[in-house]
Amino acid sequence: MLVNFEDEKPIYVQLSEGIEDAIISGAFPEETQIPSTTEISINYKINPATALKGINLLVDNEVIYKKRGVGMFVSSGAVEKLVEKRQVAFFENFIKNMVDEAKKLNISKTDIVKMIERGYGE
Amino acid sequence: MSKIIVKDLSKNFGKVNALKNVSFEFEENKIYGLLGRNGAGKSTLLNIMTNKLFPTNGEVYVDGENVCENDKVLSKIYCMMEKNLYLDGIKVKEVFKWSKVFYPDFDVEYSLTLADKFGLKINKKVKELSTGYSSIFKIIIALSCNAPIILLDEPVLGLDANHRDLFYKELIANYSERPRTIVISTHLIEEVADIIEKVIIIKDGELIMNDSIENVLSRGYAISGVASKIDEFIENKQVIGVDTLGGLKTAYVVGSLDKSTVPNDLEISKLDLQKLFIQLTNA
Repeated sequence: MLVNFEDEKPIYVQLSEGIEDAIISGAFPEETQIPSTTEISINYKINPATALKGINLLVDNEVIYKKRGVGMFVSSGAVEKLVEKRQVAFFENFIKNMVDEAKKLNISKTDIVKMIERGYGE
Repeated sequence: MSKIIVKDLSKNFGKVNALKNVSFEFEENKIYGLLGRNGAGKSTLLNIMTNKLFPTNGEVYVDGENVCENDKVLSKIYCMMEKNLYLDGIKVKEVFKWSKVFYPDFDVEYSLTLADKFGLKINKKVKELSTGYSSIFKIIIALSCNAPIILLDEPVLGLDANHRDLFYKELIANYSERPRTIVISTHLIEEVADIIEKVIIIKDGELIMNDSIENVLSRGYAISGVASKIDEFIENKQVIGVDTLGGLKTAYVVGSLDKSTVPNDLEISKLDLQKLFIQLTNA
């Protein structure tokens, strides 16, 4: 239906979610340094003010912290915190959309459950 | 330190009004996108800002001083233009050396590093450079001159994808290291959309937008679906344009969106700068 599949979230939100993903997956382990705002903005070709805004979201949520003159580090306990947050958002982000789409395609609840079982089996 | 004020600026070429009483400010140390269709008045504006053209009416001030015939102020601005005004026979490396005379903070070492990264041969004559390398040569001077204001008129003209990528990265690195006011005039909107912080749109010599990207993009949305349902939805809403494809329609709407009023079979997406630009400057 939609021709433009671009993410509707602002870039700074996408950036902070991207960093969250990297923390959850272990690419940025707890108590290790993450790339600087400058490195991030150069790498993704985004305005440094945008990158800073994304980073500050994570600082405000205490997922990362700044060490003056050194750089930014992943807080200890960040993974657990983020996983909990994502679990809460799981219903809103995935289940609701799935059910909407299933209704549109006349897929029954039983069929969805079967598919989920198949998904876990693979 | 380097705020630019454009005040009541008009420029007539005979009967053509290239700029019509334009007033706005460039905030210091921000990256601006100066957008407009061909002939909208972008280059005229840049030329007046750098004293290459006299305005018919109005002034441009940098840090409170009029730029007109003011060498002290003009030395704060570097403008990269499409035209090449260098002497016949002069070599790339000689221009780098001479630039230091006009821009005392010109970083020769940095310019040589950049030349190496872009593969620009510094022993070549400026007039013999290809379109792409001619752009690269001018980009390097702009990045190396360390002026507090840099105006870039179509900086990536003729550059291949790799060189454009390298340019945007070097631009951000340079800006992070030494924040300054940068104005990029370009038709490649998608490429600069994430790099610029503020956007200025000129249409037929008039300013139609001067705002932060974030504000601009959050001001509206696109909605698509079956044409009849879209028509129903957009009734009484401010629509800046529509695209139709068979029985499908996408409408670009300005205003806030109450998601609970959106029927299930219509899809919402965010506006992107290029689409918004096209809708605002069409016809």
